[in-house]
Amino acid sequence: MTPDDSRDALIRLFHVHRHFHATRALTDITLDFYRNEFIFVTGPSGAGKTTLLKLLYRGETASQGQILVDGMNLARIPHKKIHLLRRKFGIIFQDYKLIPTRTIFDNVALVLEAAGRKPAYIRKKVQSVLRIVDMEQRQDALPPSLSGGEQQRIAVARAVVGDPTIILADEPTGSLDADSARLIMKLLKSFHTRGATVIVATHDRELLRSLPGRIVYLQEGRLANASAV
Amino acid sequence: MPMLQFHLKSALKDIRSNRLLSLVTISTFALSILIVSTALLFFVNMNSIIDGWRQGIHLMAYLRDGLTDTDRSHLKAQIENLYGVQHAEFISKDQALARLREQMSRQAAILDNLEANPLPDAFEIQMIAASQTWDKVEQLAASLEALDGVNEVEYGQRWIKRIINVFHLFQMTAYTMGALFFMAAVFIVGNTVRLVLFSRKEEVEIMRLVGATEGFILAPFYFQSLLQAAAGSVIGLVGLYLMYMLIQARITAGMTAAFFEPRFLSAATQMGIVGCSMLVGWLGCHLSVKQYVKL
Repeated sequence: MTPDDSRDALIRLFHVHRHFHATRALTDITLDFYRNEFIFVTGPSGAGKTTLLKLLYRGETASQGQILVDGMNLARIPHKKIHLLRRKFGIIFQDYKLIPTRTIFDNVALVLEAAGRKPAYIRKKVQSVLRIVDMEQRQDALPPSLSGGEQQRIAVARAVVGDPTIILADEPTGSLDADSARLIMKLLKSFHTRGATVIVATHDRELLRSLPGRIVYLQEGRLANASAV
Repeated sequence: MPMLQFHLKSALKDIRSNRLLSLVTISTFALSILIVSTALLFFVNMNSIIDGWRQGIHLMAYLRDGLTDTDRSHLKAQIENLYGVQHAEFISKDQALARLREQMSRQAAILDNLEANPLPDAFEIQMIAASQTWDKVEQLAASLEALDGVNEVEYGQRWIKRIINVFHLFQMTAYTMGALFFMAAVFIVGNTVRLVLFSRKEEVEIMRLVGATEGFILAPFYFQSLLQAAAGSVIGLVGLYLMYMLIQARITAGMTAAFFEPRFLSAATQMGIVGCSMLVGWLGCHLSVKQYVKL
C-alpha cells in the first residue's frame, strides 16, 4: 500500500518495523491515518494492534521505518520534547490506568494541570467533560470505588479533556459489559463528530459492526488489508 | 503560581501518605542539625571566650638582680621602642610582693615568714590592641628575652595557645562529623525519594502518557525533600535552643557569668543552617531522580 498524498494525512507510517529481539511484532507497515477519521485497528490477539498504537505516541520506538504525527517525525523528537507529542493524543487503555489515590476530578484534571492551565479553567473544563460522560456526581470519589464501566468513562473523560487531535483507544471495551461498551463507543463517536481523529484497537467483531469507520486489519504483524466500512 | 500550588499540594500529599519514611528523613535531619549546630554553638562561644582572653594579654619581663636606676630607664626605653608595645610599667619587687599579699588576702600570713623578698623587679608590658595576635605576642616575648637585663618573660595566657590547639582538634573532629552527617542525610533523602518514586512508578508512567513534562512529574519530589529538610533543620534548631536555655540558666547562676556571657547562634547563622539543610535535601533528591530518569 502506498500513502495517499491527496488527502490530509494526520499520521503517516512508512515501512515501519518493530522487533523485540527475534520476535517480529510489526513488519513493513506503510499506512496513513487521515484527519477526522474513525479507524478500527483489528486482528487476532498478538497481531500487533497494541504495538502499532504504542508506536504512535512513542510508547515504543520503531526498529526501522519512519512515523510522522501531525508533521512531527517521531524518530527525531528528543526525549525532553515527547510531552509535546503526547499532548496531541488522548489515550484510553483497557485497564483504564487511573491513579487510584487521586479523586475522579483530579485524575481528569491532571492532563490540564500538566499543560499548565489555570485552576479556574481546569475546574470548568473538567466539570463539563465529566457532565458529558455522566460522572459529574462522582467527581470526589476515588477510582477503586467505581465499576469498570464508570472507570472507563473517566478514562474517556481524561482522554478528551485536553481537546486532543487524536484519540487512541486500546481495547476500550475489552473488560466491560455490553451496555457499558455501547456507552463508551457512543462517547467515542460523539468526540469524533466534534472533530477528533479516533483510532480504536479491538478484536471485537461486534464492535466493528456497531460503528462506521475504516478497518485496518493486522495479521502476524503485517498489514492484511485496510478498508472502509 | 497555580503550578507551585499544585506541586506543594502533591509534595504534602506524598509526605502524608509516606508518613514513616518522611518521619525517618525529618528525624535524620533534625538529629544531624542538632549535632552539627551544637558543635557550631560551642565554637562560637569558645571563640568569644578566647577573643576575650586575647584582648587582655600583657607580658611580664622579669629583670635580673643588680640593675641600677639608669639601667632600668635605659631598658624601659628599649622595651617601649619594640614593635607592638603600648607602654611598659616598672613594678619593683616590693610592689610585686604587696600585690601578691593583696591577692592572697587570708593566706597572706604565709608571706610574713619570708626572710627576704624572693620576687624580682619586672616590667609589665601592655601591647597595642591591633598587635595582639599569637605570632606577634611570641615575637615580642622573644625580643624581650633577648634584651640585656631581662631574665625571663612570662605572659599569663601562654596556656591559651595549648587550649586553642585542643580547640582546633575539636573543630576538625566536628567538621569530619558534619561531613559524615551530610553524607548520611544525602543518602537517606535519596533513599526516601527513590522508594516514593518506585511506589509511584505507575502514576509517573500515567503522567508521562498524558503529556506531563519530566519537570512537572519530578517537581513534587524536590518540594518534598526541601520541606523535609527545612522541617528537620527547624526541629534541630529548636532542640538546640532548648538545650542552650537550660545550660545558659546554669551558667548565669554560676560564677562563669563574670567573665563569659553565652550567646546563641545569630539569626543569619540559623538561616544559613536551614538553607544548607535544604541544599542537602535537594542534592539527595536530585541524585535519586537523576538515577530514576535514566532507568
